[in-house]
Amino acid sequence: MEVTISIPTALRPQVDNKDTVKVTGSSVREALGALTAQYPELGKRLYAGENELNRFINVYVNDEDIRFMDNLDTALKEGDEVSIIPAIAGG
Amino acid sequence: MSYVSCLRCKECGAEYPIEPRTVCDHDFGPVEVAYDYEAMRGKVTRQSIEAGPRSIWRYRDLLPVASEPRVGLNSGYTPLIKADNLAAELGVRELYIKDDSTNYPTFSYKDRVVAVALMKAIEFGFDTVGCASTGNLAHSVAAHAAKAGLTAFVMIPHDLEEGKIIGSQVFSPRMVKIRGNYDDVNRLCSQIADKYGWAIVNVNLRPYYTEGAKTHGFEIAEQLGWKLPQHTVVPVAGGTILPKIWKAYQEFITLGIVEDNKPKMYAAQAAGCNPVVTAIEENSDLFRPQKPQTIAKSIAIGNPADGYYVIKVVRESGGYGASATDSEIIDAIKLLARTEGIFTEPAGGTTLAAAIKLIQQGRIPRDESICVCITGNGLKTIEVMHGQFAAAPVINAKLSEFDVIVDEIKEKAAAATATAGV
Repeated sequence: MEVTISIPTALRPQVDNKDTVKVTGSSVREALGALTAQYPELGKRLYAGENELNRFINVYVNDEDIRFMDNLDTALKEGDEVSIIPAIAGG
Repeated sequence: MSYVSCLRCKECGAEYPIEPRTVCDHDFGPVEVAYDYEAMRGKVTRQSIEAGPRSIWRYRDLLPVASEPRVGLNSGYTPLIKADNLAAELGVRELYIKDDSTNYPTFSYKDRVVAVALMKAIEFGFDTVGCASTGNLAHSVAAHAAKAGLTAFVMIPHDLEEGKIIGSQVFSPRMVKIRGNYDDVNRLCSQIADKYGWAIVNVNLRPYYTEGAKTHGFEIAEQLGWKLPQHTVVPVAGGTILPKIWKAYQEFITLGIVEDNKPKMYAAQAAGCNPVVTAIEENSDLFRPQKPQTIAKSIAIGNPADGYYVIKVVRESGGYGASATDSEIIDAIKLLARTEGIFTEPAGGTTLAAAIKLIQQGRIPRDESICVCITGNGLKTIEVMHGQFAAAPVINAKLSEFDVIVDEIKEKAAAATATAGV
């Protein structure tokens, strides 16, 4: 299924300066896999290990953190919005 | 002169010029201000600091500003209280309260970080500043922006205490309440900073903002007579202040301003939002985010951006962590008020309650120096104390009616003494 991934400013140089990229995938893992296959430089920044996201990056599906769902195995449906957002301080 | 050298990624060491910047381009790691400590040697001393103003700006050489401070001229230099009454109650020898509930102008530790962030906003030429906040930060951004003549845009969770809302609104910021918790607000703010290019103090001014938190630690060391407490207990929300107090201690050690007595750092969180303390207890490097459920709203951050660094510092220093339930938080607020005359908000209650647990567990020795960091003021969150106290008697303005009350107090005291005597 087709989903939209929104890309934060810091990562846009790696995706031809686009703010969103459409990919297909039935899980977050597949969608991000499709994204990084298309843009390998992005993959280096997104992942810390093969199955582990960089810990300073949070991924949301329709505004919910994937760590509250099934992490990279979180299922996606047609039209879902996946957001990649850097961790931010505050309080 | 300024001793700032650059911004440096805490993870990969990549260097960037002094500019508005959220994270490192290479690995998304936080960037931190780096200084030339060699150049400071012999110039930044106890004497040079003591000659400075009675505000955070006495530590200006260790802060990332390039021009004469124009913001927060009265922020910081809050009291370090020797808490002898509380120490006696807890059975410890040497206890201090670093009391930021009296900070200027908005009664929380945030006046330190905002002063530095807004100075940078002005230096960078921004006219609009904003923040994602659990209340105290919004309060401080709105007040400092009013004084500095900047436009403020503050984003807060929709369900904050009234004191936190009115306390910001009075300064006429643009306020937006967001349905969701702080972590939702923060995520939105990160997208807003990205899209509108505003100076969001905890997003693209974060490296400067967080440096302001060091002044809490500098003051503890200076006010203790140029030495470090052996144990420092700090509340953890987003995870800014604990590693920055540690950085302050280490900078003073590096510069030979204080002796290295191997200070230990302890993290305090509410039981209803304790991702960092849980990770410390489980001996894990990573925390799992949580959905906060606590009366300590000012520290209800379930996905703390700097949580990783809190865990690292606590572990490296040999400290630990503890969490407090809502009722323990309330009890600690009352205890601090009853023994030391300080009214703190639930974040402060959390910190004291955690300190008490760590003392009782023997993790903090009773005969060593302890500092409890109080970062916010109880008058902003009076709702949490509703129903905690017996109703005060109401009388007519007649001396005879007052006499009755005094007689009752005497009778109760006599009865208590009699019972104690049995």
